[in-house]
Amino acid sequence: MSIAWYILRRLGVGLLLLVIASFFVFCLLYISPGSPEQVLLGGRPSTPEIIGTIRAKYNLDDPFLVQYGQWLLDAFRLDFGESIVTDQPVTTVLTDRAGPTLALALAGLVLTIVIAVPAGMYAAAKRNTSGDRMVSMLTLLGSSAPTFAVGVLLLYVFGVSLEWFPVFGNGTGFTGQLHHLVLPAIALAVTQIAYVTRQTRAAALRVYEQDYVTFARSRGLGRSLIWRRYALLNSSLPIVTATGLLLAYTLGGAVLVEVTFSREGVGSLMLQAVQSKDIPVVQGLVAFAAITVTLVNLGVDLVNLAIDPRLRKEVTG
Amino acid sequence: MTDPTTTAPAPGDQLSGAPLLAVHDLAITRWPGGPPLVTGLDLELRRGETIALVGESGAGKSLSARAAIKLVPAGLHVTGEVRFQGEDLNRMDEEAVRAVRGGGVAMLLQDPFTILNPLIRTRTHLIETLRSSGRRLSGAEAADEVTRRLAEVGITDASVGDRYPFELSGGMRQRVALACALAKDPALLIADEPTTALDATTQRDVLRLLRSVQQARGMGVLMITHDLRVAFSISDRVYVMYAGGVVERARPEDFLAAPAHPYTVGLIRAEPPTGYRREQLDGIPGQVPAPETVSHQCAFADRCSWATPECTTARPPLLAVTDVHASACRRREEIAGELLADLHAAWEPATVPDPPAGETVLRVAGLRKSYQRDRSTWAVDGIDFTLGSGRNLGIVGESGSGKTTLARCLLGLEEPTEGSIELLGTDVSRYRSLDREQLRRVRGQLQCVFQDPYSSLNRSHSVGFILREALSRRSPEAGPAPSVEELLDRVGLAARYAGRKPVALSGGQRQRVAIARALAIAPKVLLCDEPVAALDVSVQGQVLQVLREVSESGTQLLFITHDLAVVRQMTDDLVVLERGKIVESGRTEAVLDQPSHPYTARLVGAVPTGDAEWLS
Repeated sequence: MSIAWYILRRLGVGLLLLVIASFFVFCLLYISPGSPEQVLLGGRPSTPEIIGTIRAKYNLDDPFLVQYGQWLLDAFRLDFGESIVTDQPVTTVLTDRAGPTLALALAGLVLTIVIAVPAGMYAAAKRNTSGDRMVSMLTLLGSSAPTFAVGVLLLYVFGVSLEWFPVFGNGTGFTGQLHHLVLPAIALAVTQIAYVTRQTRAAALRVYEQDYVTFARSRGLGRSLIWRRYALLNSSLPIVTATGLLLAYTLGGAVLVEVTFSREGVGSLMLQAVQSKDIPVVQGLVAFAAITVTLVNLGVDLVNLAIDPRLRKEVTG
Repeated sequence: MTDPTTTAPAPGDQLSGAPLLAVHDLAITRWPGGPPLVTGLDLELRRGETIALVGESGAGKSLSARAAIKLVPAGLHVTGEVRFQGEDLNRMDEEAVRAVRGGGVAMLLQDPFTILNPLIRTRTHLIETLRSSGRRLSGAEAADEVTRRLAEVGITDASVGDRYPFELSGGMRQRVALACALAKDPALLIADEPTTALDATTQRDVLRLLRSVQQARGMGVLMITHDLRVAFSISDRVYVMYAGGVVERARPEDFLAAPAHPYTVGLIRAEPPTGYRREQLDGIPGQVPAPETVSHQCAFADRCSWATPECTTARPPLLAVTDVHASACRRREEIAGELLADLHAAWEPATVPDPPAGETVLRVAGLRKSYQRDRSTWAVDGIDFTLGSGRNLGIVGESGSGKTTLARCLLGLEEPTEGSIELLGTDVSRYRSLDREQLRRVRGQLQCVFQDPYSSLNRSHSVGFILREALSRRSPEAGPAPSVEELLDRVGLAARYAGRKPVALSGGQRQRVAIARALAIAPKVLLCDEPVAALDVSVQGQVLQVLREVSESGTQLLFITHDLAVVRQMTDDLVVLERGKIVESGRTEAVLDQPSHPYTARLVGAVPTGDAEWLS
């Protein structure tokens, strides 16, 4: 079996999971308080004509499963209907908002990897020294600090008092956007850094006790080679898995960060949509989250395949 | 502590001059001033010489050897001199030592399955080592070097360079590791139990290879092993260590011709002989003490039958017996004759019993097991044997022979793909189809002792609790139940052990508790899966003797092992497995003395004999 076949099979499984998830997403319409037509009516006047139009448009007169089938077919074409608040197509709303959140997620990820991996490796190398304890203490602090609290603190210190960074919005132009991204990315990354640092430290400690590291040292290999090719490479499987997990669930953190920093993004959209009971948008968002989780997991597995020949052997048989 | 004998050149020394490695008064403690692990070690190794450090676990041999390459585990405190080519490694900083490692001193470790980086290829291992001394290598040169280095360790298959460690067998991995250790042409190679994890036939190949490389290069070798016979075969001189110190040092032939320390004699006696059956398997009574408890007395005094009160007043120094032989026994001169007699007494072969076979207890017919869905390979491929009451049966084979799968099928941990297993008239090949009553009966008839005594006892319960729980499962047909004290007594443990938890016991004691637990149910068959493979030599004998006594009281042994010496001591009949098939079977003595199948002959030939011929 080749790697391509493996990817194809994984994508197939992912698609199946998405279809199962879509059923629950569709059910949101019925679980929400009020009848479906009331939900879809939103703030519009409740006249028989408008209700009739809505019933026709969303096939509300068909049996439940037929409705679901129709909805699923549309969803495959990335058509989740229109927002009941703005009347814009859900897909348009989503794509407009996805960019800033993606930028936030990537910036948070880069910060996490750049800081957490070296910090974890350092703590493992200096095990039980004051440096290691310092790192452990900081990770404890970081993992217990709520994202919104960190956000408010950053806003107050660097935005309001020092006025180094803007306090709200997305910014315009590349540098403007980057400038607006700094504080939110830090706020998002703090807990992630704490988590990945701990994972890295634990993985590196395990690896550093292995015979192959002793054997590498006994051959007089350079310190940096041992750290890169032995400690880091062998620790990378758990690190990649942990990081992927974080990336997959960035959306949850993005809600808090985007609201705190008044950023326009998928996270703040989620809050608005839920508050205004904009069910089509919520459905689109949940589908978006499911797709993200599936793709990130696939990505993590592919990276692990690239790292570990034993996994490749398992896959290719 | 000075040593008057070290000035005499050792035999086999072609080059004179300063020693390659000179260790003086080496001490390793847990922390500065803390409990000692190694005390006052002196050692000299010349160019081209092979020295073996022999001892049981906890003797400090591995730590001492690691001090010679400054790779003692972090946190431990090392004092004394470790001079390599005149330079004291103990005073060098990490960067200076790094320059010595690989090119000056190299090291080979025990476990071939963990010694190589699992994520990089063979060639990467070799090239990174070659380049680490600052040597520039072009791609083509590197490829040539890889081929040449692999050829030196007997690997001519060019594809091995492109393989990852997991794609190679244990023996192959150890060869690759040896090639890496030799890549910077070291003057001294430390080999820490390099063949302990390998099968006997592979062990002989790797040791032969090690010796031929050593001779071709004129390299010094410091070999660490627990196996006296391996040490005697490969080395010019042997240092015997006990509880952190050297107790005897001599050439291999001296140990047998003029033994000078009771511990060494005990160790030689404890090794089950390969060539004959011994009347009594006793080992050395007691167990190895922690070094800190014996730092001001003879470490062996508490287990020694020649000990006098003076032996516990001070630590006896290592003193010369002849110019190449030294012993740390105070009474080495007075008891020399008795030691020799004691050693020779162990060489008296016992008459081999040939008990009549009674009713069939266990019958295995046409047993096959495959783990693949498409049945492309068979772990066990058509096995037939019967175990009759009164006769113990041994099953021997190397790794991959299917002996573990067979054991798991017998215990119902795996379901055979084909064939039948009949235990006292009940078909137990499908444990799942047995009803509750049958299952209870079967469990009462078949019990097991596993290899690893450290994981086979529940650590949260006391020994007494473990045994009482087992006794509660004893069926009424098995007769009146013994008490916990009686069970402990049967395996040679005092009644006070009932209150202890497994963590407070040594490996040998744990294994005896495991045997007592099995005996609580009075099984007809006791399946022993490598029961002494994880134990030190000096306690192996005690456990084997317990098992022998068990087999003389109505419980038949089904003894699964790779160790031909052990199987010779314990069994009446023997089955030899190779790749899931029986290649030979018969009376144990007959099979081992006149093997008719080439595989059996190879196995018998691969058992270390203790002389240099074995590796030539």
